[in-house]
Amino acid sequence: MNEADLRNAVLRALYSIAPEAEGERIDPQANLRDQLDIDSMDFLNFLVALKGTVGVEVPEADYAQVASLDDCVRYLAARLPSA
Amino acid sequence: MPSLGADMESGTLIEWLVKVGDRVRRGDIVAVVETDKGAIEIEIFEDAIVAELLVVPDTEVAIGTPLARLDRVGEAGATPRAAAAATPAPAPASAATAPRPPPQATPTRYIPPVPMPSRAPPPSSARPSAAAVPSVATRRKISPAARQHAREHGVDLDRVVGTGDGGVVTVADVEQFIRAAPPPSASPARSQVAAQAEPMTVAPAEPTPAPTSPMRRAIAAAMSRSKRDIPHYYLGHTIDLEPALAWLEHRNAQRPIEQRVVYGALLLRAVARAAAENPALNGYWRDGAFAGSAAVNVGVVIALRGGGLAAPALPNAAALDVDALMAALKDATERARRGRLKSSELSNATITVSSLGDSGVESIYPIIHPPQVAIVGFGAVVSRPWVAAGGLYVRRVVTVTLAADHRASDGHDGARFLAAIERLLAKPEAL
Repeated sequence: MNEADLRNAVLRALYSIAPEAEGERIDPQANLRDQLDIDSMDFLNFLVALKGTVGVEVPEADYAQVASLDDCVRYLAARLPSA
Repeated sequence: MPSLGADMESGTLIEWLVKVGDRVRRGDIVAVVETDKGAIEIEIFEDAIVAELLVVPDTEVAIGTPLARLDRVGEAGATPRAAAAATPAPAPASAATAPRPPPQATPTRYIPPVPMPSRAPPPSSARPSAAAVPSVATRRKISPAARQHAREHGVDLDRVVGTGDGGVVTVADVEQFIRAAPPPSASPARSQVAAQAEPMTVAPAEPTPAPTSPMRRAIAAAMSRSKRDIPHYYLGHTIDLEPALAWLEHRNAQRPIEQRVVYGALLLRAVARAAAENPALNGYWRDGAFAGSAAVNVGVVIALRGGGLAAPALPNAAALDVDALMAALKDATERARRGRLKSSELSNATITVSSLGDSGVESIYPIIHPPQVAIVGFGAVVSRPWVAAGGLYVRRVVTVTLAADHRASDGHDGARFLAAIERLLAKPEAL
């Protein structure tokens, strides 16, 4: 999974919890929860979806490291299960 | 059209999920209705065969209007069961594809359907437009948020240029269109003057009054009734949430992500148990008297992105442990977002919780949802200096507020209720 694949996977997970955002521009460096009005339950569902597609589980203690789209991609890339 | 709440006057049939001849069983979902509480799935209460659909999609009808005629199982073709079915449903102004019901003498008001934020709206703008409705084949890509924005501002999406990836029309495109377009209220004379002016300056678009959605109307009706009829009293209390959060974080860290619990579920658990201990706050005020409820059905206010809210009830919440409450909350949240709540969920809450979540705002003074008699508000969790055991500490705290109906209970009851929430949250392992 390269960076473009990861970015796509993150976006797909986002659209699954915030379908109205599909097609909207997402600022890759801004806080996702603020941008898309995502509450704690949505955010948990987003991370569950990501675990399903990318295979990386984000512990609660690391939530601050996956705040933006870029953060998410960076975080996941560093923890991808080796193929 | 069933009544799904005291303030509901009508609903718009969005979609039939059954057809004539289908066998339906008690509890089946047969139709989706847009009400003033959002899109609701309509359950059926008996085993039967669908004999006739009386209302075509996109028709608004008053509550009590028959939606369909049912035959009892085994007597298809026999005398219609629903006597009221003699009153045919109104034909909407623009039901092009749907089968036409018989003509009727008293047409009911028809309004264009206003879909839920999360529902896919029709391909054309909600306002009648001279332009041909684009067929599905030529439908352009428009983000759902842009659709809603356009609908709220009466913008014809056919005229908006999309600049998103692959030409997707985004909210920014709709806003650009609104800024560029002359106000729709401009008179022809004024437009002419503007056209002759050199250089041409376009006045900023005046805000177009948005059509009020059924949900907005419902919130308006329920809240107006509440503030008019219910003598609210308010209590507030700041609670040390550190023990509960520390316990939950430790618990979550030991579990796979699918089994994690959000702290909101702990708060709901504490409210449900405190309500069971303080029955004067759990139930309804009806016909001049308080009717307590044995079950604690906790309504949860869920803010819908794009506006409005839904407050589905988690039934028998006092009997659910934290994990079961989390599962119920997750399920209700997901369905509320998709506009797929069940009719029964929206009418049986006995007390409601409204939480500001992560907004950072510390307290909320909520308004009771009639006919209930209490609503509990939680502000955001914030770190604050806290004095405990003679020392000064930094603790995560939450401000809990109670608005209660003074006809049904007194401040003393309310204080005991908030104290119970504090006591329960101090021992999270016993929740």
